[in-house]
Amino acid sequence: MQLDSKIPGGPLETKWDRHRFDMKLVNPANKRKFEIIVVGTGLAGGSASAALAELGYNVKTFCIQDSPRRAHSIAAQGGINAAKNYPNDGDSIWRLFYDTIKGGDFRAREANVYRLAMVSNLIIDHCVAQGIPFAREYGGLLANRSFGGAQVSRTFYARGQTGQQLLLCCYQGMMRQIATGQITMFPRREMLELVMVDGQARGIVVRNLITGEIERHAAHAVVLATGGYGNVFYLSTNGTGCNVSAAWKAYKKGAGFANPCFTQIHPTCIPVHGPYQSKLTLMSESLRNDGRVWVPKQAGDQRPPQEIPEEERDYYLERIYPSFGNLAPRDISSRAAKLMCDQGKGVGSTGLAVYLDFADAIKRLGRKVIEERYGNLFQMYHKITDQDPYEVPMMIFPASHYAMGGLWVDYNLMSTIPGLFVLGEANFSDHGANRLGASALMQGLADGYFVIPYTMGGYLGGTRLSEVNTSHPAFGEAEAQAKARTEKLLGIRGKRTAASFHRDLGNIMWEYCGMGRTDEGMTKGLKLIADLKGEFWQDLLIPGTDTTLNQSLERAGRVADFLEFAELLVTDALARRESCGSHFNEAFQTEDHEALRDDENMCHVAVWEYAGEGKAPIFHKEPLVYENVKLSVRSYK
Amino acid sequence: MSGKHINLTLKIWRQNGPQAPGSWEIFPAKDISTEASFLEMLDIVNEQLALAGKEPVAFDHDCREGICGTCGCAVNGRPHGPDRETTLCQLHMRRFRDGDTLVIEPYRARAFPVIKDLVVDRSAFDQVIQAGGFVSVNTGQAQDANSLPVPRNKAEEAMDAAACIGCGACVAACPNAAGMLFVSAKVSHLALLPQGRPEAAKRALSMVAQMDALGFGNCTNHKECEVECPKGISIRNIARLNREFIRAAVASTEKIPASGGGQ
Ligand SMILES: Cc1cc2nc3c(=O)[nH]c(=O)nc-3n(C[C@H](O)[C@H](O)[C@H](O)COP(=O)(O)OP(=O)(O)OC[C@H]3O[C@@H](n4cnc5c(N)ncnc54)[C@H](O)[C@@H]3O)c2cc1C
Ligand code: SF4
Ligand code: FES
Repeated sequence: MQLDSKIPGGPLETKWDRHRFDMKLVNPANKRKFEIIVVGTGLAGGSASAALAELGYNVKTFCIQDSPRRAHSIAAQGGINAAKNYPNDGDSIWRLFYDTIKGGDFRAREANVYRLAMVSNLIIDHCVAQGIPFAREYGGLLANRSFGGAQVSRTFYARGQTGQQLLLCCYQGMMRQIATGQITMFPRREMLELVMVDGQARGIVVRNLITGEIERHAAHAVVLATGGYGNVFYLSTNGTGCNVSAAWKAYKKGAGFANPCFTQIHPTCIPVHGPYQSKLTLMSESLRNDGRVWVPKQAGDQRPPQEIPEEERDYYLERIYPSFGNLAPRDISSRAAKLMCDQGKGVGSTGLAVYLDFADAIKRLGRKVIEERYGNLFQMYHKITDQDPYEVPMMIFPASHYAMGGLWVDYNLMSTIPGLFVLGEANFSDHGANRLGASALMQGLADGYFVIPYTMGGYLGGTRLSEVNTSHPAFGEAEAQAKARTEKLLGIRGKRTAASFHRDLGNIMWEYCGMGRTDEGMTKGLKLIADLKGEFWQDLLIPGTDTTLNQSLERAGRVADFLEFAELLVTDALARRESCGSHFNEAFQTEDHEALRDDENMCHVAVWEYAGEGKAPIFHKEPLVYENVKLSVRSYK
Repeated sequence: MSGKHINLTLKIWRQNGPQAPGSWEIFPAKDISTEASFLEMLDIVNEQLALAGKEPVAFDHDCREGICGTCGCAVNGRPHGPDRETTLCQLHMRRFRDGDTLVIEPYRARAFPVIKDLVVDRSAFDQVIQAGGFVSVNTGQAQDANSLPVPRNKAEEAMDAAACIGCGACVAACPNAAGMLFVSAKVSHLALLPQGRPEAAKRALSMVAQMDALGFGNCTNHKECEVECPKGISIRNIARLNREFIRAAVASTEKIPASGGGQ
C-alpha cells in the first residue's frame, strides 16, 4: 500500500490555489459524459451530490433512510465554525487553522486543516444564500457564539438545530438537481460491496431495503460519505442507523483505514438510565457557554443539588482550566468528568453523572434569554428525564459521539483505491486525535461543496478509464459475495438477536477501550471481541426473509461489520504508544492526569491495510510534518 | 432516575407488504420501565417476538431524539401519540398507566402507502420539495453572508417554519389527508427571507400544484394538523401560503402549472 498524501508544495497559504491551478479540468461538455456515485446524503454526501450535479456531472446518490433529508447530520445541534471574524474578536483563517490543529492534539495534516479554515467562510456565504435561518442580532446581521477549545466567537447557529437547517438546505439543493434529472436518488438502499475494475473503484452493489433485491450500479468514480462509526460503542449520540459497513467494505477491498482508535467521547450527554436503552442524547456543547459544570466536593455526598451550598461545590473545569473554564475541549472535559466520578464524586442514582448548572446564567441573563438560546435542548432534556433544567441542574455524562478516524485519504480526498473518494466523518482527514465543536459540519460541507468539485475533475480529467457497465464480471462477483453473506447470516438460525450482540459489543468497547485505556484491558477486550464474534456466527437469530423489508437482517449485517471493525480499533489503540487527544492510555499521562504525547515516535497517521480473513492487518504510517506550527504541550490552563 | 414498571396490551397493525392485506395483532408488553421511550418499548416487544420465533414489528426510526422525522405512527388514533409537540421517539412510557391498551397503526393517507407494518412511504414529500422548495443558487455564487441584513424577527419566524421535520403527522391527522401544513412551512420559511423572495411566486404555485397532483387532499380548515405537529408548526403558515398563492396567481407572470393549481 502506497501512502502518498499528495500535499502540494510551497507556502501553506497558497497550496490550495496552486493545486487548483495545477489540476486538470473537465470541460463543461465532457462533464455530462461522466457518472459519479455518491453514497450518503448527510452534509458531506448531500453537498457533494448537489455541487457535482450543478457542474453538470451525472450523479447517482444513495442512502439508507427513506429520504435524504434524514441523514444523521440532521441531529447536529450547536453550530458551524467559520473564520469570518464578524465579532471583531481576533479571529482569522490562521487562528481557526491553529485552534483546529491544536484541538486535534497535533495529529492532523497541516495542509488539509488550513484549506478547511480557508473555505469555511465560503460555506457560510453559500448557506445564507440558500436560505438558512441562522441566528441574527437585532441589526439583522449574523450572530455568533463560542464553542469549546476556542477563545473567540466563531460559531454560527440556528437555535439548537444547526445541523437540521444546514442539511435541509443541502437536501433542497439536491432536490433541485433531482428535478432537473442531474441527480438520480436511490433512498432505502444499503451499500453491500464496492466494485473494482482494473484496480479502480467503478461501482457499488446495494440492497434495496424494501424489496430485498440486490442492485448493481456502475460509475466512473465513487464517493463515500457514509458517516462515522460511533455506534461501535452501541450506546452513542449517533442515529440508530449509523454504521461502519460501507467504509469497512471499502477497507476489505484495499482502502487504508486511518487512526480508528481516535473516537470522541462527548462530555455532555444525558446519562444512561436502563438496560433497554437504545441511545444517548447529546446536550450540545453550546450549553457550556452558560452552564457551569460541578460536583460536590465531598465524595459520596447524596444531598440534592439545591441543598449543597456554594462552598461545598467543586466547579472543577473552572478550577483546573481557568483560562478555558467550562469551555475546555471535549476530550479534556470528558476525562475530567470520569476522574470526578472515579473519585466517588459522581451524582445521580448511578453515581455516573455530573451537574451542568444554569442557575447563575438564569440569574444573570433571565430565563427568557436562556430559553431563546437553548429552549429546544432544555425541552428535550425535560422530556427524556422528566426533570426541569430551569429548576434543577442538568445531569450529564460522557458518551461516544464522533469518529475522528476513518478511511485514509490524500489531499484530494481520494482513498488508497483510485477513484474512491471519502468525505465527511467517514474520512480521517482534519481532526487529528480530537475534534473541536462545530467543526464537523464545517468539514462535511467543505469536503462536499468546495473540495470534491475540484479534485473530482482533477481525477476524471487526468485518468484513463475504460468502458465499464454492470454486466462486467466484477459486478457479478460482488453481487455473489453480497448474496452469499446474506444467506450465511440468515442460515445461522441461532437463538440471539443482532441487537443483543450489539449491546454486548458496546459494553466491551466502553469498558476496555473507552475513555481510559490500559494495555491489559485492551488485550482482554480483544479476546472478548473475538469470542463474541465467534458466538455471533454460531448463534445469531434473524427472523423473516430477505425478500421484504427486514430490519433484523439489516441490523445483523451492520453488527457483523462492527464486530470485525472493533478488533481493528482496539489493535490501533494498542499500537499507539502515547496518549493524545481522545486516545488516553493510562500508561502515558502527566502527573496531573493530562495526556502525554510522544512526538518523537508517534507523530504519524496510523494506516491499516486489510490482509485477508483471519490475518493481522498490515500497519503503515504517514509521518506528519509540521512546517508551520510548533508542536507544543496542549494546555488549556 | 429510577422509575416503575407497567404492563400494557398492544394492538398493532401488521401488514407484510404494500399489496398484502393487513390485520390487527394483539401482544402483551410486560414489565416496561416508565423511563423507557415508546420506541424502546417497541424494541423490548420486538426482542421478545424474535425470541418467540415471530417476526418483529417493522417501524421507522433513526435519530431517536425528535429531529430526523423518521419515526411516527398513530397511537390510539393520534399521530406521535398523546403528548403535544412530541415525536414518537421522545414520547416516554411514564405517559401511560399500568393496564392500558395501546392501538398502534401506521399513518393512513392516500399519499403515504404502507410499506410494511408501521412503515409508510412518504416520498411524496420529497417530490413536493422538488417542485420548488429551494432557492436556486449554485455553489460558489454567493456574496458575503452579512451583505444582506435580515430583520431578526423575520429570521426567527422563518426558523419557526423551517423547524418542520417532514414526519407526515399533519397529513395523517387531517381528515382530508392534506399536505398543507408541510407545504406551507416550506413556502413560509423561504418567503420570509430575502434570499427566497425572487422565486416566491413560482414556488408557491408549483408546490401547491405538485401537492394536488400527488393525491394529498384539500385543506378545509380542520386544524388537526397543528395540534398533532410535533414541532409546533403553526397554521398561520397556511394562511401565509394562501396569501402567497393568491398573490402569485393574480399578480405574477408565473403560470399555474397544468397538473394542478387551486386549493
Ligand atoms: C447528536 C449530534 C450532534 C452534533 N452536533 C454537531 C455540531 O453542533 N457541530 C458540528 O460541527 N458537528 C456536530 N456533530 C457531528 C456532525 O453532525 C457529523 O459528524 C456530521 O454531520 C457527519 O456528516 P456526514 O455527512 O459525514 O455523515 P452523516 O450525516 O452521518 O450521513 C451518512 C449518510 O450515509 C448513508 N449511509 C451510511 N451507511 C450507508 C450504507 N452502508 N449504504 C448506503 N448509505 C449509507 C446514510 O444514509 C446517510 O445518508 C454532531 C453529531 C451528533 C451525533
Ligand atoms: S408540519 Fe409538523 S407534522 Fe407536518 S411534517 Fe412538518 S413537522 Fe411533521
Ligand atoms: S427517530 Fe428521529 S424524529 Fe423520531
